[in-house]
Amino acid sequence: MIALEKRPAPSRAWSMATPFLAVLLTMIAGGIMFAILGKDPFAAIRTIFYDPLFNAQFASYSRPQLLVKAGPLILIAIGLSLGFRAGIWNIGAEGQYIIGAICGAATGLAFYPMESWIILPLMIIAGALGGLLWAMVPALLKTLFNTNEILVSLLMVYIAEQLLAAMALGALRSPDGGGFPGSRNLQQYPSAHNAELIAGTGLHLGVIAALIAVIMAYILLSRHMLGFHIQLAGSAPKAARFAGAKPGLLVVTCMGISGGLAGLAGLFEVAGPAGQISIDFNSGYGFTAIIVAFLGRLNPIGILLAGLLMALTYIGGELAQFTLGLPAASIQAFQGMLLFFLLGVDMLTNFRLRWKTKGAV
Amino acid sequence: MDLSAINWLTLLASLMVAATPILLAGIGELVVEKSGVLNLGVEGMMITGAICGFAAAYNTQSAFVGFAAAAAGGAALSMIFGLMTQVLMSNQVATGLALTLFGLGFSALLGQSYIGIKGIEVSAVPLGPLADIPVLGPVLFQHDAVVYVAIALVASVWAFLKFTRAGLTLRAVGENHDAAHALGYKVVLIRLAAIGFGGACAGLGGAYLSLVRVPQWTEGMTAGAGWIALALVVFASWRPWRVLIGAYLFGGITVLQLNLQAAGAKIPVEYLSMSPYVITIIVLVVMSSGRGRAALAAPAALGRVFHKSG
Repeated sequence: MIALEKRPAPSRAWSMATPFLAVLLTMIAGGIMFAILGKDPFAAIRTIFYDPLFNAQFASYSRPQLLVKAGPLILIAIGLSLGFRAGIWNIGAEGQYIIGAICGAATGLAFYPMESWIILPLMIIAGALGGLLWAMVPALLKTLFNTNEILVSLLMVYIAEQLLAAMALGALRSPDGGGFPGSRNLQQYPSAHNAELIAGTGLHLGVIAALIAVIMAYILLSRHMLGFHIQLAGSAPKAARFAGAKPGLLVVTCMGISGGLAGLAGLFEVAGPAGQISIDFNSGYGFTAIIVAFLGRLNPIGILLAGLLMALTYIGGELAQFTLGLPAASIQAFQGMLLFFLLGVDMLTNFRLRWKTKGAV
Repeated sequence: MDLSAINWLTLLASLMVAATPILLAGIGELVVEKSGVLNLGVEGMMITGAICGFAAAYNTQSAFVGFAAAAAGGAALSMIFGLMTQVLMSNQVATGLALTLFGLGFSALLGQSYIGIKGIEVSAVPLGPLADIPVLGPVLFQHDAVVYVAIALVASVWAFLKFTRAGLTLRAVGENHDAAHALGYKVVLIRLAAIGFGGACAGLGGAYLSLVRVPQWTEGMTAGAGWIALALVVFASWRPWRVLIGAYLFGGITVLQLNLQAAGAKIPVEYLSMSPYVITIIVLVVMSSGRGRAALAAPAALGRVFHKSG
């Protein structure tokens, strides 16, 4: 009989090892899922994790995509991780991402067709502000009325999606679009275009922003009082009060940062890779970023790596759709599975397994 | 806009249909939360139930088999959550989210070959002579069986929690799991049973969407219904009959906004479509603010991890 014994302190070694164990278990379970779907599991796993980077035929297209997809994931996940550490659950990043994109794109389009260097910076500010304000709704409702921030932030996603549709069909619809939904393409408007910085790498301003966010979060958590309060609020809320942390302020700050970063991610996406506001502009980055945050163990460096890995499953998944005919949904299920395994094996961090013989109790 | 174009009697009748999915999911989640477990995976279990129910009903041409399969599918998915949170003691918020993310992907995978297929006909069960009462008959007594099952379920949950020993035990586990454990109750088993019941109910609710309300399978068709069901439990202050009231209020809003869309209201369709979510948020705020009783009525052990030591 196996018994669980609580460790006095979480194991550091297991804390490092569990993400790798979870990825391995997901590959096995995913392989079984692919086999049930009638695909060769080894080919599927290789196509998802290896071919995007090293296959001679596809890598030239896939490699730049890695940064394009990892950028927003990391940017959003860094923000979320701060809140998650403090026990503040912003799960509406998808909505903040959409609003950031709408605000940023609207700012850019307001200047059309004027050309000026100031336009893109203004859009970036608008995007971050948009995401921040959208996140302020659950944050302020939480602090003022004690309303559950999980439900409110999530419900705000559906409102944001409707707003996105309204914008794509109404206020932001391109006058030259022949009545089709969708805004003007920002890629064809040089002052508003978040272009690739080095051709063929996928590196754009959003990726730089993500890297800066990783560094800032690292410094915040290890060197700054706010970071200390965030960590304390998550592990010992009462102690955090004695240490001078104000719970309400912490909620507003964490939600604000995560909302602002999600808004930034949305802006960089709409001004760069996506190009325009359209009805189906959002692609679930806000939700996948939750997995990225946990897979990275809420640690900035971990999130950087987890974001790259998750981006790989996106690209590999697309490739597997194309070459093996693997359904798109199977990748989504695969990503969900990863989070399950991660949370499951996380038990090893906090508990010790002990073999117990009957009667020895 | 022409308000006279709205048939208010049909609206009232369709209100009960619109409310049933969240009513089913909500009453299930109420039992789960009463046992001290917060399962945020309602949306994932609902959508899994929606596709399981649709596929089973389509292949057997039987609505009953469809609903049974949906309940089984929802319960099976909830057991993953149960295993993770009760045996492996993972964080309930994160695991619930994982359940939703996984359920959305998994259901889309199962449902690939069912997209665009017309579902089976679920016939109404007029309740004998009651159905012939003018005005009230068509509104209340000419629905399909699931509408009545849902109401009966609310009544049974209420009676179970209030009058039975098992219900008392369940509530004890939800209020203080350590004390319940010390009294010799199997905390983990009781919670697993509650989670399974919640999963089955959410599955039924999802199947009601795909078999009756829509009736078709589309990816992501629950569109937040699971989250609204979660909000419903807070709105109801963890009381079964209030879940019913809340669900019908919400159903009324949904149906009204759909009717306003059809009647050609001057407001763009998208703003009407977001109204149910906006109103849910407003209701949540009212219920959880100072004078609201939601915060006080929550089961004391809600969301806390139970580890049997020694």
